[in-house]
Amino acid sequence: MIIPWLSIALLSPFVGGGLLLLVPARARGALRAVALGSAIPPLVVSLVLLARYDTVAGGFQFVESFSVVPSLGIAYRLAVDGLSLSLVLLTAVIYLTAITTTWYLAEREKEFFLFLALLVTGVLGVFVSLDLFLFFLFYELAVLPMYVLIVVWGSSMEVPARGPFGWTYRALRVGGKEYGAMKLTLYLLAGSAFILVGLFLLWVEGGRTLGQPTFDLVALRDVAFPHEIARPAFLLFYVGFGILAGIWPFHTWSPDGHASAPAAGSMVHAGVLMKLGAYGVLRLGFELLPAAAAEFAWIVGTVAVINIVYGAVAAGWQSDIKYLIAYSSVSHMGLVMLGMATLTAPGLSGSVFQMVAHGIMTGLFFTLVNLVYHKARVRDMKEMGGFAQRQPGMGTFFVVAGLSSLGLPGLAGFVAEFLVFLGAWSSAHPWWLFPAVFGALVTAIYVMRAVRRIYFGPAIQRFGEIKDLHGMEWVTPIVLGGLLLLLGVYPRLLLDSIQGGVAELLARYGG
Amino acid sequence: MTLERILILSIVLFAIGLFGVLARRHLIAILLSLELMFNAANLAILGIAWHRGCLAGALIVLFGIAITVAEVAIGLSLFLLAERVRGVVHADELSDLRG
Amino acid sequence: MTAALALLLGAPAASAAILGLVLPVRRSGRKAAWLSIAAVSSSFVAALWLLRQFIASPEPRSWEFVWAPFGDGAAIRFGVLLDGLSVPMLVLVSGVALAVQIYSVSYMAAERPTALGRYYAYHGLFTAAMLGLVAAHNTLQSYFFWELVGLGSYLLIGFWHQKPEAVRAATKAFWTTRLGDVGFAFGLIFLWSGSGTFVFEELFDSANAGRLSGSMLSLGVAGLFLGAMGKSAQFPLHVWLPDAMEGPTPVSALIHAATMVAAGVYLMARITPLLTLVPAVAGIVLSLGVLTALLAATLALVARDVKRILAYSTVSQLGYMMAAVGASATAAGFFHLTTHAFFKALLFLAAGSLIHAVHTNDIFEMGGLWKRMPLTGACFLVGSLALAGVPPLSGFWSKDEILISLWEGGHRFAFAALVLAAGLTAFYVFRAFFVIFFGGNAGSMKAHEAPSTMTLPMAALSLAAIGGGALGEPIHAWIGASISGPRSGAVEHGADWVPVLATSVGLLGIAVAWLGYSRRAYRPEVWRARLAPVVRLLERGYYVDDAFLAGYRVLYLDLGRMVGWFDRYVIDGCVNLATWVTWQSAGRLRAIQTGRPQDALYAIAVGFLLLICLAWWG
Repeated sequence: MIIPWLSIALLSPFVGGGLLLLVPARARGALRAVALGSAIPPLVVSLVLLARYDTVAGGFQFVESFSVVPSLGIAYRLAVDGLSLSLVLLTAVIYLTAITTTWYLAEREKEFFLFLALLVTGVLGVFVSLDLFLFFLFYELAVLPMYVLIVVWGSSMEVPARGPFGWTYRALRVGGKEYGAMKLTLYLLAGSAFILVGLFLLWVEGGRTLGQPTFDLVALRDVAFPHEIARPAFLLFYVGFGILAGIWPFHTWSPDGHASAPAAGSMVHAGVLMKLGAYGVLRLGFELLPAAAAEFAWIVGTVAVINIVYGAVAAGWQSDIKYLIAYSSVSHMGLVMLGMATLTAPGLSGSVFQMVAHGIMTGLFFTLVNLVYHKARVRDMKEMGGFAQRQPGMGTFFVVAGLSSLGLPGLAGFVAEFLVFLGAWSSAHPWWLFPAVFGALVTAIYVMRAVRRIYFGPAIQRFGEIKDLHGMEWVTPIVLGGLLLLLGVYPRLLLDSIQGGVAELLARYGG
Repeated sequence: MTLERILILSIVLFAIGLFGVLARRHLIAILLSLELMFNAANLAILGIAWHRGCLAGALIVLFGIAITVAEVAIGLSLFLLAERVRGVVHADELSDLRG
Repeated sequence: MTAALALLLGAPAASAAILGLVLPVRRSGRKAAWLSIAAVSSSFVAALWLLRQFIASPEPRSWEFVWAPFGDGAAIRFGVLLDGLSVPMLVLVSGVALAVQIYSVSYMAAERPTALGRYYAYHGLFTAAMLGLVAAHNTLQSYFFWELVGLGSYLLIGFWHQKPEAVRAATKAFWTTRLGDVGFAFGLIFLWSGSGTFVFEELFDSANAGRLSGSMLSLGVAGLFLGAMGKSAQFPLHVWLPDAMEGPTPVSALIHAATMVAAGVYLMARITPLLTLVPAVAGIVLSLGVLTALLAATLALVARDVKRILAYSTVSQLGYMMAAVGASATAAGFFHLTTHAFFKALLFLAAGSLIHAVHTNDIFEMGGLWKRMPLTGACFLVGSLALAGVPPLSGFWSKDEILISLWEGGHRFAFAALVLAAGLTAFYVFRAFFVIFFGGNAGSMKAHEAPSTMTLPMAALSLAAIGGGALGEPIHAWIGASISGPRSGAVEHGADWVPVLATSVGLLGIAVAWLGYSRRAYRPEVWRARLAPVVRLLERGYYVDDAFLAGYRVLYLDLGRMVGWFDRYVIDGCVNLATWVTWQSAGRLRAIQTGRPQDALYAIAVGFLLLICLAWWG
């Protein structure tokens, strides 16, 4: 019997969300149990798939397919390959840890877990869909729940109204969680409008070439799209998905959105949803439209190095710790995009690996930052200090996340970063290496500065007896920190499957 | 008596009705003008049916007149409601459609 | 062989992991310490065994495995290379680490058990990383452990993390070495792009075969040297080392005297075959080494903190080693590295013993300690004599070899500068010695000799510092067997006058210090006042720190402020402006939505009319 692994993983959060509706809101223990229960199958499945994925054969495996609307070529097609397998694992891990992070939430847990489950269903769906219609459907599903998560469970902050357009800041109430949520949603929906047009172009042209309409990714791969279709389609995908991946200058939703989101929301959003954008560019842009991608790779790469340097430098100015991490995400997503744009084996491997490494790292960061906020009620780093004396556990994990972010060997970030560097130097535009490395240097500065400001130095009396991690709070940091270490020491865990996917992708570029 | 003349009459009636609907303020006047427009349409249908010599047109018009009775009843009751609840008899004093 | 290797590399890592992850063990304090010491001892024994094996059959051996494949069959391989350079270095590192860990048991006795466990966990991490770096058979693996060594150093310097200065120093050390590491990263990428490999042996082969050449080779070696400058505190990246003395003194002995700072020299020695192919880069290495040796020696002249004096002295001695490597006298440089590890670790441990007893770092607050702490005094004297290059102590032999190599290599200017630096060295170290042990502050001191766990490692290191000169011949032999450089073999003793000159200069320095600080034959304070501008320049460290600070302010803080402001108020301002414009125009357009049914009907009528017109004439 063939076990529908991917359907199990995909439907588990969805079904879990449905079950949550049946549990009364007062039964908190049951709500948490159901949420946690819905997070375990995806994790188990992704581990099983990782173990069973045939790296020698490569390609799409564990395919499930049945037709839904034959006349339009829409089908329920699921599969994973070397590129998406790691991301499925990442999503499963982040979902599980997002739930354990919110374990002590005491406000509308039922709705929270429900929206979280919907969000994760959407993300998982995108990663396992082989059908572009399904892909877009899940994409839209992933974009929307974040609005509710931010508006209901988020937090606001003050942003002084300055600059040439200062009056608009007051009018729009910049800094409020409603502002952050609306900005994020509008930005991402704008992106999906681009994507929809791009998909439509491919569908029409693919249908014309193949003789029957289809949304099948594998079938569309064989279509040699003419230039006048491929070019606009690539740019549409790049901008549309790129907004979600935080490409400059469409990244400003990310700091505001992540700063106002609750912990689990930021974790899923920065951890996997931004990856979804990068994955979209990779899958639809670079895989389906190789000719256009090769032509526009210089734009992608150049914008990516702007992201790297700009995000890192801008992070240096932030004193709100959530903004700091959000800007570091902008910088690190630049590495992901740069790795792609190099169109080399190390670069692409590094890009996919960086998606995983950054997802885990940023998940860890947001968890800790929210715990700090929860315990000490402070987000401004200037007011912190000496927390390591009261919170040695949290301090340790913060340092681990920070070190991974600055690319310290032995942690996952190094493998990714270094592969991208190698790729950049062997690409058609070797100069990309220099700004990328400069970004890594600046990252070292702001990360260590944050560590010093928050955790080191004399203890501040005002905070008194702030508590370290306790109970379920330990789970998330241990899982994520342990994974960073594991992947940093033994990267083959993922690289073995990734490199197969990369080789296949590169074969489409004639080498 | 040609079809052309009947249609011209119908158009004139329709235009007068439309003008009334748009320009009069009192709700009763608007309702009256609406009736005028409706009957202009009826006249046009009847004229075409007569011209072609088919009975179906007359049937439609009869059917329509029956429905108009119901429509006028609803219209008048809405008018009464507006007058009683809001104390309004002029159309430009009602702007609930703005939402 | 592999078992010994696994023990050597694995034991410290395992102890670090256990201490780091198993909370009860870490919190047990002294038990944790002894666990860590047991691990390092087994490492040391394994290293000694490997050395014996190597002496028995001196050919390089290597093992490797695929660490990170990245498509097309290309992969990053990790491996171990045991040859005449790495095996002695492994013995040295594990030996010094062992001595320091034993010493720390007493020195850190006042710490809380948890903190002590943490201390030993960091030590384990550092030692494991350092051994991994030494054993690495490729540039990438070197870089991997190189960075981990930097992390260990960061954690140990900042061990007292409630002290702002310690954290500041730790962060500074991390940033400065990271700056050099950027060069390292560039260097190894350049070398890789020229040859397609990271493995040292393969790099040498492709360089010798001419495949790896030209700018990629020069830039690659220069990049690696930049990394070495950071770790080995070469001018102007030396600024972190004096500040790093904020860490516990045993840490200074281990990391900032014997092991980590030697990593840069070790790396340059490792790539000697490449260095000899690019004379221009080798020239830079030589000149920067000489410059560092001289400048750091002058800085040590005015320092008051005993640990800072030793730190500047370390920088200066590292300059000697770099100069030797740059002049292709790899074996001499490595010999000096070894002897320096002995006597400088000894000096630091002795200084730690002093600080432990009198609770101050300022030499002018100490004084007359010779009678109260005879053993420490004797150890400090041995270390100082070795540092000053007085025969027959170890420092004499190694320093002489460097000087002779420079003379014979025709580097006259470098030779003269280093001889001058040798005189300064003898002066500043004996200035400290006389002030501490024979200075005037005797009455107020209530000092007592350190416990045996502190004196035993010192005694062992004293023996090594005295007799280390005997290692010269074997080191030449081992390195000659492993590294094919033009002049890595034993130095021809053609210039017999060099040792005489160097020794006399050293003795002269000692004499001047003795006259000034013990006999009071002249008054150093007066000279200090007379040379006030120069002293000020030296006390500010040639303003290198200020230059870095200014760079940090402009390139990081100001740029960050600009970009951050630009992002929030210009880019985001445009976004908000667009929103605002949409909002406002919507507000205007709302006006036509009166909600009056007649207006809507009017619009419908007009629209219908327009449609008819379109149908008619369109």
